[in-house]
Amino acid sequence: MAYSEKVIDHYSNPKNVGTLDKSKKTVGTGLVGAPECGDVMRLQIEVDDATGMITDAKFKTFGCGSAIASSSLATEWLKGKTVDQAVAIDNMDIVEELNLPPVKIHCSVLAEDAIKAAINDYRKKNGLEELVFEEKGVH
Amino acid sequence: MLKLPVYLDNNATTPMDPRVLEAMIPYFTEHFGNAASRNHPFGWEAESAVDYAREQIAQLIGADPKEIIFTSGATEGDNLGIKGVFEMYAAKGNHIITATTEHKAVLDTCKHLEKLGADVTYLEVKEDGLIDLAELEAAIKPTTILISIMYANNEIGVIQPVKEISAIAKRHGVLFFTDATQAVGKIPVDVIADGIDLLTFTAHKMYGPKGIGALYVRRKNPRVKVTAQMDGGGHERGMRSGTLNVPGIVGFGKACELCRLDMAEDTKRISALRDKLETALLKVEEAYVNGNREHRLPHVANISFKHVEGEGLLMGFNKNIALSSGSACTSASLEPSYVLKALGLGDDLAHSSLRFGLGRFTTEEQIDYTVEQITNTVNKLRDMSPLWEMYKEGIDLNSIEWAHH
Repeated sequence: MAYSEKVIDHYSNPKNVGTLDKSKKTVGTGLVGAPECGDVMRLQIEVDDATGMITDAKFKTFGCGSAIASSSLATEWLKGKTVDQAVAIDNMDIVEELNLPPVKIHCSVLAEDAIKAAINDYRKKNGLEELVFEEKGVH
Repeated sequence: MLKLPVYLDNNATTPMDPRVLEAMIPYFTEHFGNAASRNHPFGWEAESAVDYAREQIAQLIGADPKEIIFTSGATEGDNLGIKGVFEMYAAKGNHIITATTEHKAVLDTCKHLEKLGADVTYLEVKEDGLIDLAELEAAIKPTTILISIMYANNEIGVIQPVKEISAIAKRHGVLFFTDATQAVGKIPVDVIADGIDLLTFTAHKMYGPKGIGALYVRRKNPRVKVTAQMDGGGHERGMRSGTLNVPGIVGFGKACELCRLDMAEDTKRISALRDKLETALLKVEEAYVNGNREHRLPHVANISFKHVEGEGLLMGFNKNIALSSGSACTSASLEPSYVLKALGLGDDLAHSSLRFGLGRFTTEEQIDYTVEQITNTVNKLRDMSPLWEMYKEGIDLNSIEWAHH
């Protein structure tokens, strides 16, 4: 299967690979997927309490090139957004940006799930109610 | 200078040996006759070329030329062998024994026959990929007509105990069919010494052309027959109709002859390269060989690199190195290799595997390059793998509640 140039670029030069200190109250961590399914994404955000702005985002992903690219792209998009804006990121935006073929749409769904899981982790840590999201049910 | 890309997917198909092509060329143009045309020189020429090739092919597996039935390839041979026996021996019984690690051409043929009333036993394999002989014998019933066990596996290269299997089959008066696609031409296969009743193989896995294969059908002790699955002019002793692919057959014959003459030397050289590759890659932390290492084809290695995903791994070098992975991330089912799962490997390890198939044209330079590329990519991907990080922190990955899709 041929990958799009954008996928290859993110795979070859992934943005924001790394780990934030998950014990910090300002850091939200989302760990989604399963090793048996061949995809695990961990996405972390660091939020400025005062502004609600995401100041940093990091990821680590076990998965195919499209999964790596989806999470790399997600971290790029998250930085500089407020948490409220981040909630609105849709997996289809990722599909479009990376030109993912139909068999790889689940990678984008996983990235969206990781964003939401990270946001909820942050909300929980800060005494906020967790948001309820609709199941995409693509997997 | 190293010429890229490097081809290490010889279990999928092999490049054709230039000597094979040379032998074939006249049979496309000059000697184009139909081997079944009995009354003019064009037909005679084609027929004598087919006869010669049939001898070359038979000789490689210790068969009589009359026992070679030409097919379009191993898949057709699997279908003809299994369906043909099922139909021909219907009066004797309907039970077939096979194994879960067989090629899809065998498994799906058996599934098809189940719909037509066949009773099929799918033997599990041990964790090294070999079948359990006691289990095989215990599975035999009065209605058993066929045991279908592959000679060597296409994904892990594990060689089944063919002689022992045939002895069990013989003891119980059951026919033994083997898919020897990966074995013939690579290791000595002898239908007499091995006690094989039916055997399928194909030219394109042994440096011959695609689209031509053969089914060996034993004529003596016992005389075996299969019901034709393709009706027509009654070619190939009535077992497989259709005008013979003369250039393909000539190439197949030449490929068999070359394999027979070069086998000892090729094996020595290729297995040394395989061992070099394997030794170097096992120096990578948390790398494991899948399947039995002793009873294994000399040119195959299947290695899992824990905590990196196979398809992601391939992407690191697949412009320059042609390889297969047990990860089936692109398939609709997202299921990893059923062969690796049958070994009892967790899905995570199956997703992390690479299959190396070396061949006649593999060089040491290519192996050195491959080791370097793979080692670098594994390290790079582990740096961005959350599983690797957890493993390094001593977290038991099984203790985590993963969100299963």
